[in-house]
This record gives sequence, structure tokens and C-alpha cells, in this order.
Amino acid sequence: MSELGMNNEWMAVCGIGDIVPDTGVCALVDGEQVAIFRVGEGDFYAIANVDPHSQAAVLSRGLVGSLGESIVVASPIYKQHFDLRSGECLESPEHAVRTWEVRLQDDRVWVRRDSR
Amino acid sequence: MALKLVVIGNGMVGHKLLEELVALQLHDLDITVLCEENRPAYDRVHLSEFFAGKSADDLSLVAPGFFEQPGLHLRLATRAVQIDRAFKRVTTADGEVISYDKLVLATGSTPFVPPIPGNDRPGCLVYRTLDDLEALSQWGTNARHGVVIGGGLLGLECAKALRDMRLETHVVEFAPRLMAVQVDDIGGQMLRRSIEDLGLTVHTGKNTQAIVDGETARHRMTFADDSQLETDLIVFSAGIRPRDDLARQSELGVGQRGGIMVDNFCRTRDRDVYAIGECAQWGGKIFGLVAPGYEMARVVANHLHALLTRKQAPSLPEFAGADMSTKLKLMGVDVASIGDAHGTTPGSRSYQFSDERRQIYKKLVVSGDGKRLLGGVLVGDAAEYGTLLQMMLNGLELPEAPEFLILPSSDGKAKSGLSIDALPASAQICSCNNVSKGQLCDAVMTGATSVGALKAATRAGTTCGGCVPLVTQVMKAEMKRQGLAVDNHLCEHFAYSRQELYHLVRVERIRRFDELLARHGKGLGCDICKPTAASILASCWNEFVLQKEHASLQDSNDYFLANIQKDGSYSVVPRMPGGEVTPDGLIAVGQVAKKYGLYTKITGGQRVDMFGARLEQLPLIWEELIAAGFESGHAYGKSLRTVKSCVGSTWCRYGVQDSVGTAIDLENRYKGLRSPHKLKFAVSGCTRECAEAQGKDVGVIATEKGWNLYVCGNGGMKPRHAELLAGDLDTATLVRYIDLFLMFYISTADRLQRTSVWRDNLEGGMDYLRSVIIDDRLGIAAELEAQMKLVVDTYECEWKRAVSDPETRRRFHHFVNSDASDDNVVFVPERGQIRPATAEEKRGRHARIPVTVLAE
Ligand code: SRM
Ligand SMILES: Cc1cc2nc3c(=O)[nH]c(=O)nc-3n(C[C@H](O)[C@H](O)[C@H](O)COP(=O)(O)OP(=O)(O)OC[C@H]3O[C@@H](n4cnc5c(N)ncnc54)[C@H](O)[C@@H]3O)c2cc1C
Ligand code: SF4
Ligand code: FES
Repeated sequence: MSELGMNNEWMAVCGIGDIVPDTGVCALVDGEQVAIFRVGEGDFYAIANVDPHSQAAVLSRGLVGSLGESIVVASPIYKQHFDLRSGECLESPEHAVRTWEVRLQDDRVWVRRDSR
Repeated sequence: MALKLVVIGNGMVGHKLLEELVALQLHDLDITVLCEENRPAYDRVHLSEFFAGKSADDLSLVAPGFFEQPGLHLRLATRAVQIDRAFKRVTTADGEVISYDKLVLATGSTPFVPPIPGNDRPGCLVYRTLDDLEALSQWGTNARHGVVIGGGLLGLECAKALRDMRLETHVVEFAPRLMAVQVDDIGGQMLRRSIEDLGLTVHTGKNTQAIVDGETARHRMTFADDSQLETDLIVFSAGIRPRDDLARQSELGVGQRGGIMVDNFCRTRDRDVYAIGECAQWGGKIFGLVAPGYEMARVVANHLHALLTRKQAPSLPEFAGADMSTKLKLMGVDVASIGDAHGTTPGSRSYQFSDERRQIYKKLVVSGDGKRLLGGVLVGDAAEYGTLLQMMLNGLELPEAPEFLILPSSDGKAKSGLSIDALPASAQICSCNNVSKGQLCDAVMTGATSVGALKAATRAGTTCGGCVPLVTQVMKAEMKRQGLAVDNHLCEHFAYSRQELYHLVRVERIRRFDELLARHGKGLGCDICKPTAASILASCWNEFVLQKEHASLQDSNDYFLANIQKDGSYSVVPRMPGGEVTPDGLIAVGQVAKKYGLYTKITGGQRVDMFGARLEQLPLIWEELIAAGFESGHAYGKSLRTVKSCVGSTWCRYGVQDSVGTAIDLENRYKGLRSPHKLKFAVSGCTRECAEAQGKDVGVIATEKGWNLYVCGNGGMKPRHAELLAGDLDTATLVRYIDLFLMFYISTADRLQRTSVWRDNLEGGMDYLRSVIIDDRLGIAAELEAQMKLVVDTYECEWKRAVSDPETRRRFHHFVNSDASDDNVVFVPERGQIRPATAEEKRGRHARIPVTVLAE
């Protein structure tokens, strides 16, 4: 269930249980595709879903893991890694993706465009 | 004007010379090669593998296109009959006259046939050329008994061939023991016992006097002690004689016991004529092995190079004799002889160890002061060969108690043998290809950090393979020295190789990644270790890959049981075992593709691929395919892909077995099996090989008697021919060997290592693999079979499971919060089907609405 909302407003996209731990889903937020990841039981991150290397909207389908200190997703197309906290691409920094803020409330996952 | 070089003989050594010359890129050279045989150079060292099913092509030493290079002229079936040194020309048997500036004799040798009356009777044969072996196999089909005269190295190899043809085989040796040149009395006795245990009869000290008509068989041999033996065929293998007749006739200088006399540059007394290989005699010796011949070829190539480039060459390589140490496997028995095996050096002492139960005999010959190793004999177990050889060749100081070099260690620990670091950089590690320790280290430095890469970079280990264990040791030592740490750790989360993780999972019965990570890893895991662990867990326990604990480990393709395409859409490949499909099946596939507007194509693996499916369409498409009787083709998995077949005996006029039936059975047996990399099979119905089985991980080729099993072939980036593992197998044995092969590969390979690369890195190579699979050397066959049985018995179609499991099915939506499709996936028509739109085309659409263009 998605609520209509203005830019920069929190929007609930799905139930917490809709995201299997250590995987991602894609949500349609205001006409934009957002990849939301659940790492372990309780950590959630969100980044833009379009892979800048292939232009395919697939980052939500990548494998989640850690590299050193970073928590990352590997794009399923050419396997570059994106830092889930900063959106940075570890292999080529010029290909960073936008991040979204995530919060949990009432058993639901809410996202908001990151104002940073 | 180009220099005219004529080479007489295109055997192993003659051909090595050509390769060396080509490698030196000599442009002003015009080479004519006279080759008496009707095929160019082949691998005589591995000649006996002809009986294991290797064809003349398999044995060929000629790289594709080699003789098409400019400046090279090959004359097959052309024998030189005369050399006219005054006019510098050679006459062939056809009367053609070819002039030369430089001439190289590489005529090899002929088997010596003792002057016994009756030695030219039909069915009296020799063992030297492919033609000889073809003749032998002809005679063998109508024979029950076979005799080999000569119990030396070649004689025993030939005896094995006779035994493999299921003849009652006898070896008749004049000397009092077998392999008199290489081993001593006790070693000879041990060898004899091992061979007799294999069902052969050995007669030593027998002097054949005549061969006459037999009563129960074609021939009767009579011996000096008045005994006799009846047999259908006889092979003479009583030594070799250099082919020096051309040299005799042209007065080039021939040694007393034969052989064309040469100097350190392999020149004869005529400065324009060289002789190399088994026809040459240097320092009073003839070398009946290929490595010294190769060395001679290198010397001559460099000499010619210096002449042509008119370079001062103060340090041209010279031939300096060769070490005649040998190691071989005779009918499964390891035999090695090193240096002064008989202890003829004055003052030398020896150490001996023998174990009659295991039929092992080892002897060391050391110098009087006990400091240096002079030689040795190993029978039954030659594991120490490489170490001892290097100790002798490099004059390394022996340990305090040298006997421990050959004594079995009581605690099972590795022996304190040779420290690789003690070897000088100049130590020759591979004698076949003259590769030194220094060269190997250099190659490691420039990035060759696996045995396969090292072989490719230096050619070490690519001929007889005997040096591979030592090459591996040098590699590891050098990597350690360079701080390259022989790091086969999977990734930063697991300080283990894939093989080690596999064993941890098996031994500790670990069933979940969480558990594996908690016990043996750190961090969260990553896109390297997760899929690897998922694959290992699936190989071991074969649980549904998308069940809760495993789903998040899967690579995107496995996660959605389909292959992702560049635009984020998917392809769907239903299994068509053996490439067989009914018309109804094809129609059903066609209907599905039409309904969903998918692009269809026949793959390289004999089945149909449908592209352009959206994520949310996948379960619907599968449901329809399942209803039509199809299953997942696992095109997305590191698992069995296809078993390609040819039509075989059912229809084809040449087919000798039902290749389609076997292909289908194999595909059904191994479908779903997860492995370190993808697996491809093929089954051909006869030797014409229309299924291209020799390019597959597992290739099966029908024979009159059953199946030949080839393994470790590869297409793709670096094609590699598969190698024969075993021949003429019945179907049950075939399947058993494949079970063992696959499980052994799965339990030992690295991540994403195809069987071909795994094979190239396998210490001990094919012989080792055979001993594991056929002789169960590691004693693990029953266990591996049981493991395979579990996987086969628990197979289920992943598509079926996915569509019927609501939890799993829920994931097949592009958006978690909307039923819309991914508007980023856009197709346009081409050649009557769809294809992904380019970025340009997408922009032109300015549409944010998903569009599906159906084929018109
Ligand atoms: C569809 C197909 C091409 C075709 O249109 O015919 C194909 C398509 C792909 N091949 Fe292939 N290969 C296909 C037959 C082959 C063959 C021919 C064969 O199997 O007879 C080879 C050479 C034989 C071999 O593998 O030894 C082949 C050698 C490769 C390689 C190189 C492997 C190697 O060891 O060098 C890769 C890359 C890899 O696996 O790492 C690859 C990878 C791929 C991938 C999976 C690349 C990818 O990750 O996207 C392609 C996607 C398949 C898809 O979307 O369905 N494909 N590929 C063929 C599917 C066969 C099937 O029915 O399953
Ligand atoms: C069954 C078998 C197993 C062996 N195993 C081993 C082993 O394990 N290890 C090892 O080191 N060695 C082994 N050898 C020995 C090895 O094969 C030889 O040392 C090697 O082939 C010698 O090479 P070559 O070029 O001197 O002679 P060849 O390979 O014999 O080549 C000589 C060629 O010259 C041709 N020729 C001769 N005269 C003329 C002429 N007048 N005109 C045109 N052509 C001519 C011949 O037909 C022949 O093709 C084995 C040999 C055999 C037969
Ligand atoms: S491999 Fe042999 S049996 Fe199979 S199609 Fe070709 S010729 Fe016929
Ligand atoms: S010693 Fe024969 S291949 Fe190296």
C-alpha cells in the first residue's frame, strides 16, 4: 500500500516481513525506482535501483554482503559493488547512486529521498 | 637468398628442431622436410595410448597450420635414399633430387630384430611406429597368445598392450632379469613379481634359437635350453639400432656400435651436416630417450640462428651429454632408475629397503664419503624420484642419515627430503623442455601462479609430465618467497580454499550459510563466498536453492531461476534432454513464446532459449511449460547444462550405439547437480563424433564394444580437447566412472574452475585421476558414489517447486508496492521478433509506461 505524498515526505512502501533478510526489493516511489535492502534482521538501506553501468533497473536483485567496513550490494549485471550507506560505487566512484533514508514504523518500511 | 635447409626425418626430434627454428623467427630460411612416414610428427613416447583409443590425430605433435607457414615444405611418404655431399644434394626414393646448404639428419632408430631363423615370418612384428601398432592390432584380433622378445622398457610396454588386447602374454628376455639396464637384481625380481601378479608370464635367461611352424598356434619358438613356446604372434623389442645407413653411405663417420658421430654442436665431420636424436652418437653414447634429442634440436637451432644472423655467439649452447635417469609406470608399477643405479663408481656404497608385501624396493647409491648421491633404483613406489634426481644432478649434500630418504616414515609425516631452496636457479626441473628452476621462478614473478599458467608460460610439464610435482613445489616455494602467500582463500570472509570449505561442510554436516560463517568465517559474506557456499551446500545436501535459508545466497540468476539479460529482462530455457524434443513439445514452446512475445533462438546446446521475459512473467511462463511436460534447463546454474547428442545408431548408418538414449539418461541423472562451474556433456554414436564430445567436460563416444569416456574438455575462451579416461566401458561402468569423476571434481576444484583448468592443475594428471577413479587409490569411491546417489535421488524441478511455493512466488514481482512492470524494459521489433531497445530508442519513446511490442 503506498501513500500519495509530496517530495521529501516519508512514504510507507511495504511490510517489514516483505523483505527476506539479506535480500532486496524494489519499490515505486513517486515514479522512481528505489532498491530497499534488509541486512540481517533489522538493518535497512535504500538506494536508487538503476545500475549506472548497464542502465538496467536491477540493483535490488543483487547480492548483499560486506567488503571491509562497507556494507554493499553487487550489481547482478557486471558485479560492481555499491555502498549501501553512501551509494558510492567501490570500483568506479564516478558511478555513485543516490541514497534514500529508511525508517521502520508500525511494522512497515518507510523511505524518504535523502536530503544530503 | 634464403638458406636452404633440408631435414631428413620428421620424428619427435626432427619436429622439435622445426619448432625451435620457427620460434627463433628466422626469415631467411627455406626448410624442406623429408618424412618417410605417411603422417607428420607424432608423440612416440605416448604411442601405446593408441591402444587406449587415442587416434593418430590425438598423438600428433603438429600444431594446426604449422606446415602452412611460409618457408616450410613438408614431403610426406618421402624417404631420402642418398646424400651427395660433394654437390650438396639429397635423392629421394622417387628419384627426386633436392639440394641443400645445410642438412640435418634426424632419422631416429629402428627396432633391433635379432638374427633368429624365422624372424621374418608373418605375424613377427615390431613396435615403433603408428603403422606398426595398426599392424599389431590387426594381428591381435585373431590371436590368443602373444610373445614379446625383450624385457626392457619398451618390451614391457608392448607386453601391456598385448595383455590389454586380452592375449595370453609372455615376455622372453635373454638377460637374467627384466630391465637389466635400469634396475638391479632385487629391483628386477620385485618388478617381475608385480608383473606376474598381473597375469603375464616372464621367462628370463632364455635364448631364442628359431621360430618355426607351431602345432597349437601359428609359431613355435625353440630355445637354447631345448624348451619351447607356441604363440600366434611375436613382437621384437630387443633394443634399437640408430638409422645411420645414409651416413655410412656418404662416409659421414659412424661409431663402432652405430650412430652418426657428432660434436658438441651436433655437427658431423662435414660442417654442413648435423645429426640429432636417436640416430646421433655423442661421446660414444647413443641416447634412446626424447629429452636428450630435444636438447640436441635446441643446440642445432641456435647454431643455425647464429650462422644466419651472423652474430657473434660466444656462448652458444652446446650439447653436454644427458642424464639417462628415467621414471615410468609399467602396467601400473612405478619404476625409476637414477644415475649410477648399479653402483659401478669405485668406492660407492649403497642403502636398500625392500617391502615384499607391498612389493616396493628402493636403493640409494652414495659416494664413498657419504656426501653425494650417485644413483638409485625405485620399484613399486617412485614418489622420491624428483627429489633424488635433483639431489644427484645438483650435487647437493646428503643429510646425515641418507637412508631416511627412502625409508617409509613411521609417523606418516612428510619426509625431510629436498628443500627446494637448496636448488640453484640453474637446476633443470623439466628435462623434456629444458626448463630451469630460475625460469619457473621468473614466470611466477610475472604472474603464472597456478600449475596450468606455469605450463602455458614455460612448457614445463607438458611432455612426459614427470616433473609436475616438482614444478608445483617450485611454484609454491617461489610464491611464498615473493610474499605472494599461496593464498587460495576464498575471500576476505573465509580464510579457506573452496576445497577446504567443502570438506568442512561435509565433515561437520553444516547445512546453512549462517552456521558456516559463524564457525569458520567473519563479516557478512559477499557475492563471492555466498554463491560458493550455496553451491557447496547444494552439492552436499541438495536442498531447494530458494528455501528460506539459502535464497539470499544465490547469484541473481539462481535467485530467479533464469538468466538475467543486459536490460534486466530474463531468458527461459526449458530442458530438452539430449536435444530430443517431440513436435508437440516444440509447438508448446512456440505457443508460450508467442503468447508472451518472447524472442526465440536455438542455442549452441541443442535446445530453445526464449528471451525478453519480465520478472513477473517467469512463474506464468514456467507453469505453462511445466504443463507441457518441460522442466528447468538450469541454464542459469553452475550445474549440468546440456548433454548434446548425435542421432546415433537409431537412425544413422554409421552409429554403433544409441547415443541419444544414453545422452538422455545421463542428462536426467545429473540434472540439477550443483558444481564449482557449469558442466557440459556430449554423447556421439561413433568415432565420427558429430556431437563434439571431445570438447566437453564429459564426452562419451560409442565403440563397437561400449563407450569411450573422455573428460575435462572445454570450448569457450580456451578450447581444450578432452582426454580419454577409459575405453570400451559397458553402460553401468560408464555411469559409475562419471559419478566418481564428477564428485571428485566437485569435492576438490576451486570456485569457478572448469574441469579443464582443474585437470591442468591436478598434480599427477590423468594417471592420478585414473588411479582415483578406476583403481580407487584414495579408497573413497564408495563414499563418492553414495554422495552422488543422494543428489540423484533427491532431484526435483526447481521451477515446479518455485511456482508451487507461495513464499517463493511472492518474490517474482518487479515492485514490492505496485503491480506495474519495469518501465525501463522496452522492446522494439527486429527480424520479426523483439529485441531490447537502445538508450536512444528508449528516449525517443518519452514514455514512462511499459510497452511490450509483440512480434508481428
Ligand atoms: C544461450 C547460449 C548462446 C546461444 O545463443 O547459443 C549461451 C549464452 C550464454 N553463455 Fe554460453 N551460451 C551457450 C552455449 C555456450 C557454448 C556451446 C556449448 O555449450 O556447446 C559454449 C562453449 C562450450 C563450453 O562452455 O566449453 C559457451 C561458453 C560460455 C562461456 C565460456 C566458458 C569457458 O569455460 O570459457 C561463458 C562464460 C562463463 O561461463 O563464465 C558463457 C556464458 C554464457 C552466459 C550465461 C553469459 C551470461 O552470464 O549472461 C550467456 C547467457 C545465457 C542466457 O541468457 O540464456 N558461455 N556457451 C548457449 C546456451 C546453451 C544452452 O542451451 O544452455
Ligand atoms: C613405444 C615407445 C615408447 C617410448 N617411451 C619413451 C619414454 O617414455 N621416454 C622417452 O624419453 N622416450 C621414449 N621413447 C623413445 C622416443 O620415442 C625416441 O627417443 C624419440 O622418438 C626419438 O626421436 P627421433 O626424432 O630421434 O626419432 P623418431 O621419432 O624415430 O623419428 C625419426 C623419423 O625419421 C624418419 N626417417 C628415418 N629415415 C628416413 C629417411 N631416410 N628419409 C625420411 N625419413 C626418415 C622415420 O620414419 C621417423 O619418422 C619411446 C619409444 C617408443 C617406440
Ligand atoms: S557421430 Fe557417428 S553415429 Fe553420430 S551422427 Fe555422426 S556419424 Fe552418425
Ligand atoms: S620432464 Fe617431461 S614434461 Fe617435464
